[in-house]
Parts: sequence; C-alpha cells; structure tokens
Amino acid sequence: MRRFIVRRVIQMVLVMFAVSVLVFLIFNVIPNGDPAVRMAGRQPTETQIEAIRKEWGFDENIVVQYTTTMKKVFTGDLKSYFTQLPVDEEIKKGLPRTLSLAIGAAILWMVVAICFGLYSAVKAGRFADRFLTIIALIGISLPVFWIGALLNHYLGFKLGWFPNGGYVEFTKDPVDWFYHLILPWTTLAILFIGFYSRVLRSNVLDTINEDYVRTARAKGLSERRVMVRHVLRTSMIPIVTLWGLDFGAVVAGGAVLTETVFDLQGVGQYAAEAIGQLDVPPVLATTMFAAFFIVVVNAIVDILYAYLDPRIRPQ
Amino acid sequence: MTQHRSGPEQARPLANVETTQAEAGGASTDGSAPLVEVEHLKVFFPIKSGLFFDREVARVHAVNDVTLSIAEGETMGLVGESGCGKTTISRAIMRLVDSTEGAIRFRGQDVTHAGRRRMEPLRREMQMVFQDPFASLNPRKRVGQIIGLPLRLHGSERKEIEPQVRELLARVGLHKEHVNRFPHEFSGGQRQRIGVARALALEPRLIVLDEPVSALDVSVQAQIINLLDDLQDDFKLTYLFVAHDLSVVRHVSDRIAVMYLGKLMEVSPAEELYTKPIHPYTSALLSAIPIPDPEENRRRERMVVSGEPPNPINPPSGCVFHTRCPRATDVCRTLEPPLARYPNGHLAACHHPMNVSPEEVKATEKDRTSPLSAGDELPAASGANGSGLGDGH
Amino acid sequence: MATDPLADQAALQGREAWEQEAERERAHGIGPWRLALRRLRRNKVALAFGFLFVLLVACCVAAPLWADRVAHTGPNENHLSDTIRVGGETKNVVGLDGIPIGPTWRGEFFLGADSNGRDIMVRLLYGGRNSLLVGISAALITTILSIVLGLIAGYSHGASDAAVSSLLDILWSFPVVILGVALGVALALDGVDIGPFSVSGDSLLIPIFVIAIAYVPYMARPLRGQVLSLREREFVEAARAQGAGPLRIMFTEVLPSLTSTILVFSTLLIANAVLLEAALSFLGAGIRPPNPSWGTMIDDGVDRISTAPHLAIVPGAMLVLTVLSLNVLGDGVRDALDPRANVRLEH
Repeated sequence: MRRFIVRRVIQMVLVMFAVSVLVFLIFNVIPNGDPAVRMAGRQPTETQIEAIRKEWGFDENIVVQYTTTMKKVFTGDLKSYFTQLPVDEEIKKGLPRTLSLAIGAAILWMVVAICFGLYSAVKAGRFADRFLTIIALIGISLPVFWIGALLNHYLGFKLGWFPNGGYVEFTKDPVDWFYHLILPWTTLAILFIGFYSRVLRSNVLDTINEDYVRTARAKGLSERRVMVRHVLRTSMIPIVTLWGLDFGAVVAGGAVLTETVFDLQGVGQYAAEAIGQLDVPPVLATTMFAAFFIVVVNAIVDILYAYLDPRIRPQ
Repeated sequence: MTQHRSGPEQARPLANVETTQAEAGGASTDGSAPLVEVEHLKVFFPIKSGLFFDREVARVHAVNDVTLSIAEGETMGLVGESGCGKTTISRAIMRLVDSTEGAIRFRGQDVTHAGRRRMEPLRREMQMVFQDPFASLNPRKRVGQIIGLPLRLHGSERKEIEPQVRELLARVGLHKEHVNRFPHEFSGGQRQRIGVARALALEPRLIVLDEPVSALDVSVQAQIINLLDDLQDDFKLTYLFVAHDLSVVRHVSDRIAVMYLGKLMEVSPAEELYTKPIHPYTSALLSAIPIPDPEENRRRERMVVSGEPPNPINPPSGCVFHTRCPRATDVCRTLEPPLARYPNGHLAACHHPMNVSPEEVKATEKDRTSPLSAGDELPAASGANGSGLGDGH
Repeated sequence: MATDPLADQAALQGREAWEQEAERERAHGIGPWRLALRRLRRNKVALAFGFLFVLLVACCVAAPLWADRVAHTGPNENHLSDTIRVGGETKNVVGLDGIPIGPTWRGEFFLGADSNGRDIMVRLLYGGRNSLLVGISAALITTILSIVLGLIAGYSHGASDAAVSSLLDILWSFPVVILGVALGVALALDGVDIGPFSVSGDSLLIPIFVIAIAYVPYMARPLRGQVLSLREREFVEAARAQGAGPLRIMFTEVLPSLTSTILVFSTLLIANAVLLEAALSFLGAGIRPPNPSWGTMIDDGVDRISTAPHLAIVPGAMLVLTVLSLNVLGDGVRDALDPRANVRLEH
C-alpha cells in the first residue's frame, strides 16, 4: 500500500510538471504573434512591451522562458498589466468564496442525486422513474450561466425571495452568507444532480441483481435495510470517485460561470474577467492552479479508492 | 469421400504441397520428418513491478524445456492440469506467443522468432481451434464472414469464397443456409463446428486444438471428436490435441504427452498410456476419471495426490512433481529425473517408475528429448515398483 | 425511455444484450443495427426529440432565407435609429432609454431587437448556425481523434500506450471550461500557425479546435478501455492466428464492437460541445463578436436582463431545446443499442 502511495505521488508530480509545460506552451509558444504584446494588453507603449519582454525573458531561449514563467507564477511575482494588481493576492482573496460555493454545491448535489437516483432505481420503469429521468435530462441540458442569470433575476431581483447576487463573508454573518449562497448552490448543483442521479440509478440497477443482494433478501432483511446497507454501499463507490473528480473540476472550472452570474468575486470570476479582457497573466496563473488542484485531488481520490477497495490495490 | 482439394482452389498458388516443401529448403520428402517439432522449448512470462519503471522481478515458468515432435498425419494428445503449460505450447507453436529459449520448427524450417511476414505463408498450413465456443467467434460478424476471413486474408476473391464457405459448413455438419446467421444463434457444439470449419478453410496441414471440447456437454463432446476424426482422414490432417481430460484424447490420439508444471512427465503411444502408465502423475490422472459402474469404481486402486499444484513462478527443485507424489524420496527432491526411454517409444521422467519390470528399467536410456536441466540418473532397478497402484484400464 | 427492469435482470454471462434480444424475438440473421433500429422506432419520445433537433438544425440552416425574405435584414446590421410600424403604431427599434423593442411576432423583428438594434430572430438563426457548426464539427473531430488514439493506445500496449495515456491524463487534468478558456484566450488575439496552415484569431476553426481537444480524453479513455478488453478476446487471437495484421484487426475485428459506444458518445458529445461553445462565447473566449452565437447573445442578454429579459431568454431557450433534444435522442439511441449499457460521458 505504501508503495502504491509513493508511486502515485511521484506520478502526480510528473503530471504536474507536464501540466506546467503544457500551460506554458499554450500561452507563450503556440499562438502567433509576440507574447510580450499579448501580455501587455490593449494599446501598450513600446517601452511597456520592452519591459515585459525583458521581465519574462521572451528574447531568450525557450528553457529560460519556461523557468522565468514558472518562477513568476510560484513566487507571486505575477502582475496583471491591466489592473496592475498582483495575481496571487487576488487569488487568495477569492479562494474562500470559491470554496464556499463549491463545497456547498457539492454537498447539495450529492444528497439530492442520491435521493433521486435511488428512488428512480427502485421505481424503475414506472412513472416516477420516467419523470425523474426527464427532470435529470433537462438538468443536464441547462446552461449554468443562463439558468443562474434567470434565477437571479426572477427569484432574486423581481420576487425578492433571495438576494440579488453578491457574497457575504461567513465570518461577518453566517446566516446571510448562507442566504446569499442558496441560489448559486442550486444553480451549480442542477447540472450535476441530473448527471449523477442517472449514474447512480444505473449502478443501483446493476447491483440490485447481484447474487449477494438476493442472499440478503433471502436472509429476511427488510427491503430498506437491503437497499441502504448493501446496494447503496456498493453503488456508491464509483460515485464517490466521480464526485471527488468533479469536485476538483467544479472548484477549478465550473465555478467560473456561476460566480460571474451571481457576482461572488471568487477566483472563478476573477479568471472570467481576465478572460474577457484577454489579460494573460491571471488566466495563466488560474489555469495552472486549477489543473494542479485537479491533479492533486485525482491522486487523493485514487489513493482513497485503493484504500477502500482492496481489490484494486496492486501487490 | 470427396477430396476437397479438387475444384477452383487449384488455381491458388500456395495450395500446392510440393511448392511449400521446396520452400522449406530441402526438407526430406520421405514423410518421416516431423511436421512440427519443438526442441528444448522454454516460454517464460515476466512479472513486472517497480516504483518508476516496471522491472522484471520474477518469471512464470510456463513451459520449462519441452521437446516434442509430431509427424505428419499423426494426432498428438497433450494433457495436463490447468497451468501445466499445454496451452502455452500450443500458442507458442502458432507463434501467438514469443518463446524465451529453444527452437520451434515447422517442416524443418525454424520459426522460433519468425515475425508476421515470415509467418504469412505458413499460416495457411497451421490453424487453430479454440476452447471457448462463445468467445472465439466475433459476435458481430456473420458466420460466413467468420469462416471466410482466412480465405480473404490469403488472397481469395469474394466470388470464390462464398461457395467454399457453404461447402465447409456442410462438411462440418451444419446447414449451408445458415451462412448469414450470427454466432449467438447456434448452440455451443454448433459453434465449435464453425470454429473447425474456419480452421479448415485454408486446408492446413496442422490443426492445433486447444481444449476444443472442454466447454461442451459430454454428449456433444463425442460428436465433435468424431467429426474431427472423420475430417482427419479426409483432409490428411495432423492434430495437436490439447486437453485436460485423459478420457477425451484416448480415441483420437496416436501418441499422448502428459505435462506438469511446464515439464513433460510421460510420452506414450495412446493405448499404452492407459494400460501401462509409467509415471505416478499419469496414474493419478487416470484415477481421477470417474467409472460409471460403482462396483468397479470401488474395486480399483486409486493413486491420490494431495495438495495443489505449486506456483509456476517458483517451481520445486528436483522432480517438479515431488511435492505431491506419494512415491517421492530424497532423490526426487534433489535430482530432476531425465526422460527415460522404455520399450515401444514410451518415455517417462521418474526415479520410481511404475508398471515396468526390472529388466525394462535396466534397459532404459536417457532420451535425447530429456530436459537439459535433468541429470543422467536413470531409475535404479530396485527402485522400480511394479505394484498394483494406479492400474490404468 | 426508462429501461425495462426485467431486461436489466437478464444478466447472462458474456452475452451481449442484443444477442439476447434477437433470441427473444426469434430473429434470424438480424444484426445488432437492425435490432437497434427497431427498438429506436418503438421509442416515440426519443424519435420526437430527434425530429425536433433536425427541425432546429433545418431552421438554422435556412437562416439566410429568413433574413432575406422575411426579416429583410442581416445578423450584424444595426437599426439603432430606425422605427417600425407595429399594430398601427410607430415605435423606435431602440427606445430613447436604450431599451430595445420586444417581440413583435411579425416578419421584421419577430422576436424583437437587441441593444444594437439588430434583429434577434435573424441573429438567433445565424447564431445557431455558428453554434451548431462549431459543436458538430468539434464533436466529429473529437470522435475521429478518440477512435484513433483509443485504438492505438488500447491495442498496442507498450510505448505507444504509455505515451497516449499520459497525454490523455494530462489533458484530463484540465476541466473542460478551463482548458477551453486557456486555449481560447491564447489563440484569440493573433491566431495560430500550424505548419502550412495559418488561422486567424477570428476564425471559427479556433473554437472548433479548442472544444475538440478539450473533449478528447472523455471519449478516448473509455474507448481505450474497451479496446484493451476486446484485445484479449479469443476471436481477436483467432484473427491473429490466421495471419491478420494489427491494422486489419483493429478495424475489422475491434472497431465493430466499439461502434455502439461511439454512436452514443457522439450524440452526447455534440450536446456538450454546443454547451461548451455557449459557455466559452459567454466568457468571451469562444466565438468572438460580432459573429453571432447563442453564447454571445446570452452574454449580451445577461447584462441587460433587468431591462430587456427577452434578450437572454430567447437564445437560452433555443440552446436548451437543442441540447435537450440531443440528450433525449442520445438516451434513446443508447437504450436502443444496448439496453443494459452503463455507458456514460464523464463530466
């Protein structure tokens, strides 16, 4: 087991390295044109461009460029040329907001998806199942940003049931914090609920027919006991893995759209604004960290999975 | 019986036996040269593990120095428990698996490391029938396509293939009209017939059969074996018949080889193996064959072995069977017995052979097919035991 | 749409569902495709939505027709200072307060105008063309790439597999939106030079390429897994024993078994690609203005949602309808091909 962990961690580091190279290539090498000009933003002056070029080493060879870029990113020496604000500060400011959104949404979607999925599986083929399937399908067809905007406008602005966007610090007022996050959580969760409930449903349906479940029933266990103890447990394993992976994806990416619509000023929104301006340094940094976060979460999930399921542990 | 060789196939350049023999570079045409032989063949599979890169940490000794030759027209039965290496040998001969050491010769040509290009003309001459009738046919293809594939691969025109395929279906006892059906529409036995038809398509010289009836019901087994028997006469085929059940190979084989843990235990003319098994392992296998008559069953003396086959990653020292053999002594634990030649072309590798007279034991010689790792220690006359243990029927 | 629980319980060893079904129907000589078609035809809902999708595509394709004959305006033409007659009244296309006119349900400005005075209906149809073109092309490219990569990695073992798998793993670490955004931003300004090809930053090829790359791991990995297991099946070994080379085996023995997965994934892929394009365009990293796309229209609309909600609702609804019909159709196709399948497009 320890061997596996070591191996997995080494693999993780290697992937992170590869990711950093890829990000570097995407932003500084592949595109046409002068990277210094690209970074400088709109209507830069010659001196500005020169300064950038020197700072990032664009007139040197590719290896130097890479090491300079990495140094800048990881030592917090990165600055946006648009806003003149340091990138790492902005990221640090936005992180708790993004995490609040992601964790809350993740819990919500997990709970609802389990209920929907399980119920759907139990009533397979009947009206309830078909109905829930339709709901799920609609859920995965809704663009997050659109439904978020609509919810915010109609439920928040027009009807006043919820605040009209914005974020309140947890430390300032927990209740208000919660209140402000209800709509964003729902918006982000809708997509995943649709998806996960169907996966759970199909997993449960597969498990229900396994022999050991039949044995449990034959032993005389109540249907509910059978369901929860035996069926759910096994069906959950792949879900848990997926959940772990998606959590990484949500924190790193999906939140971008939701934060923008609800004006939560998290990391996602920071990235979104930079994108709109084609401001390279923040996008570079956020992309890198997003990918890193996912790689780490993937590794953790793999290790947890190996821990939980002895079958897949290598010798 | 109609010779399948007549007809439009004669136009095909490589169907001619003589041409291929000439290619073999002067293999003797007196018919006594073996069609296929393996010499001191070893097939080891590496087990890899490691932190960064996979390094070989152990090997599975699937086939551990086996020498066998099969003459043209002969049927060689190859028997043993699962894991003994018989399947690996069959795959090695078909070049589906790479061998680690030793030589494989087909018609005198060395094909041990032959790549795909070199094997191409030879593939017409050696074909295989697989064990699992459900897995060996592509479920998404129609039966006609499956049987016709080897013909297509070796250059036949589509027009020629269709009638040939129907003919083949009829030859193996199926309906010609079913050529457009899917494998799942047939029973297990019928699917094996399709497998046989596929193997026959190119009119090969050698057919390697890897447990062709193990997955079938007993009544169907007999039918398939009879079919194979008939086909052998009509098509002048040579068979390597791999099985784990001694009773199955009895009637088809001319000679039978018994394997255990990658090594040959005994090689014998077919009938003699059952009446006069020399190696204790063979006796044990025979004892395991159930006899329907309960009285006879009770009456016979059985050789029972204990335990499970050891791990092929770490084969036992000396005689590989010693850990389970009731007749094992110290010499068995330390020295690997050579394959000794007994009368009638009967070979056995044992320090304490059974069912042999002391004269026969004295007269044995070490056979040239003996593994290189085996010593020269032939069984002592006193050690031989002609006791009633393990009488075959 | 929902699967029959009895069919689910038919857990026969190693037999594919369509084989069991063919037996049940005593269908002789009917292959998996004909059977699937039969099943699909029985699924009215999926067919209905499939038809809806085709209808939507047809409308978008007919965009120029609408623009010329009915609305008499192009997608990028501003009518800021124009007036039109509606129900006997003369109204400003864009009011003095900046609020554009809502749906008129008449030929011109059928669904109203946006803040630049552009005809929404026309933009909707043209935007649909762009969004669908990008989505479908991207899905096509992803499918082809995934098949090739999946076959190579799954069949070859060894170095090629390691190389391809590592590449897929690395791509997989980027959430689709982030990767799409990164590539989109990087390539948007000046385009890119790949060898002899030079693509400008405004070209539609950029979002197509970006979206296609982003989704490759989601399809290539499952395909690779399937190829890995198919490779060990005896009928593949049999083909090798008959002398078939690796390329031939990949395409004639392995690929046919992959086609159901490919078909199901492709449908879902188009749906996701269209959604991703909308997301990217919404953020400004996809189709760039003034080219219309449902994503950019929603972006405009969300900004002005309090004053002119129809600007956001209309393109969004269109997008949802299109994606939904694809999803329902995809679900139906999956059910038709293999009722017990556990195929899923990973997010």
